[in-house]
Amino acid sequence: MSDNSNEVEVKKDLEKASGSYSEHEYELGLRGVVNEDAVADPGLEPHRVRMTDKSEKHEKAAVRQVALLFTLSMLGSAFALWAYFNFPLSEDLSSVRLNTLYLGVGMTLGLMGIGIGAVHWAKTLMPDNEVSEERHLVRGSDEKRAAAIEILAAANQESGFTRRKLIRRTLYGSLALFPFPGIILLADLGPNPGDSLRHTYWKKGTRLAKDPTGIEIKASDVTLGSVFQVIPAGLNPSQHDYLEEKAKAAVLLVRVDPSELNEAEDRKSWSYQGIVAYSKICTHVGCPVALYEQQTHHLLCPCHQSTFDLVNGCKVIFGPAARPLPQLPITVDSEGYLVAQSDFLEPVGPSFWDRSVK
Amino acid sequence: MKQLRRKVNGLRRSPRALGIVMIAALLAVGTGYSTVSAAVAPNREVVRTQEQIDLGKKIFLANCASCHGKNAEGTQNGPSLIGVGEASVDFQVSTGRMPGAASGPQLEVKPVQFTEEDIAAMAAFIGSLGTGPSIPDEAYLQANGDPSAGGELFRINCAMCHNAAGAGGALTQGKYAPGLMDSSAKTIYEAMVTGPQNMPVFSDANITPEQKNDIITYLTFVQENASVGGEELGSLGPVSEGLVAWFGLLGLLIIIAVWLAAKSN
Repeated sequence: MSDNSNEVEVKKDLEKASGSYSEHEYELGLRGVVNEDAVADPGLEPHRVRMTDKSEKHEKAAVRQVALLFTLSMLGSAFALWAYFNFPLSEDLSSVRLNTLYLGVGMTLGLMGIGIGAVHWAKTLMPDNEVSEERHLVRGSDEKRAAAIEILAAANQESGFTRRKLIRRTLYGSLALFPFPGIILLADLGPNPGDSLRHTYWKKGTRLAKDPTGIEIKASDVTLGSVFQVIPAGLNPSQHDYLEEKAKAAVLLVRVDPSELNEAEDRKSWSYQGIVAYSKICTHVGCPVALYEQQTHHLLCPCHQSTFDLVNGCKVIFGPAARPLPQLPITVDSEGYLVAQSDFLEPVGPSFWDRSVK
Repeated sequence: MKQLRRKVNGLRRSPRALGIVMIAALLAVGTGYSTVSAAVAPNREVVRTQEQIDLGKKIFLANCASCHGKNAEGTQNGPSLIGVGEASVDFQVSTGRMPGAASGPQLEVKPVQFTEEDIAAMAAFIGSLGTGPSIPDEAYLQANGDPSAGGELFRINCAMCHNAAGAGGALTQGKYAPGLMDSSAKTIYEAMVTGPQNMPVFSDANITPEQKNDIITYLTFVQENASVGGEELGSLGPVSEGLVAWFGLLGLLIIIAVWLAAKSN
């Protein structure tokens, strides 16, 4: 109670301060929304007589304009026909360009000429009467409403919907069951990916190979400043899951000056003489990150400009990506070929909902 | 053939090379720079005379040494040029990128500052300082390879920066990958082997000379053939096409809608 009176006091004080309302007005409840419209209904615009109705000269001009538009349409259609025969499609691919262009221009003129001409005709030359129609009531008349109820009652009587309980209840049952086959189809959205998001084609000893030729890469081939687009050796384009496996296993191989490489203690053995391999799949939404700048060692994702610092464990230095690109531990085998030490030690690509659950 | 080339290269790179090169070059002098391109010259890179090297050194000292150092050892303002190879000099100078006009995110293409002869001399001088990629063999610049294989290689190795149609694209902090629609076969080849500025290197072990020729064939095809799909709009894909659709076509539709509903005057 005391709170309430306090509040009123404060309000009064405020109003006194602003000076807009007297204490009297406040108590009478005169404050509030003003109900009258601020803008008066302007009513209908006065009818403006068209120039074509006022002057014969303008009327004739409008007639000519409409006729001109229809003529333009004829010319357009004729041009399209001419173009079809004079710019035929041939073995030369660039013929498609001219054929499509001229046919399109001609047909556009043909149709637009008719359309614009017809509208111009209607607007300038056809009768210019203004008509206003009042809105009718949405509610039907009492008789109509009674008639509708009568129809429903008759239908109930004739079908026996209320009377024949067996039919009614089996109908309810059938309607209740009907949606389930549709719902069960949603199960085909699965199965859950299982652990397929956590593993790629890489495993211990898999050689690194060039995309798309599959030629295996020797460490000596990777000169300083080189970039190789890499796929795992043995990934065969004819296998049914080739694209899925390639999409997960794509790797970017770069050689930098080992003195520039700033590696974490536990990853020192993951590179080979300055050659590092990182997953090419952006940790943001999975675009291929392959824009490598040789001097700054920045890796840029073209989709959302996430930028990774290759010499610092590919940590994110700009953009929306949340995690560094996963590194593929590599070494060389006895023949000098680059091989993976293991699969990636974390899932590649964008986050998924149970990514951290092992 | 390949083995022979390798042998010749090996010989050239040995310390004794200079003398042999000079004798061979004396024979080759006079054929001139431009006539070499007419016929396939298997050992084109051997054309490096002492005269050229001396001239190149003079030009270098007058134009380049302030940033790259008197002995091309590099300074704070410019990298060392020892071992960058003739191809690097030819690329940078014959596209006008070098000498650089001002420091910035990236060196721009400018009007070329030197004659072909001077560029060849500078290339010879820098080439004499250390082994690096040499001027590409004409045989691989003929654009007579497989454009389809070249297109695939281009999409895998180059398109991420240079755009699938070679229109170029943005990199970080003001840097960009230039468009390739005006690039010559030689420039394209040299860029691949030298990795200028922020471009990585695509050595012969990665993309073989034949494959480089395929890529050049593909790019030449794109340069010479108009897009089948109509106006390219800079080949920038959804950006320019979306701009035209949203502002151009949608604007036109709005204008038509307003005209349809407007009363005639």
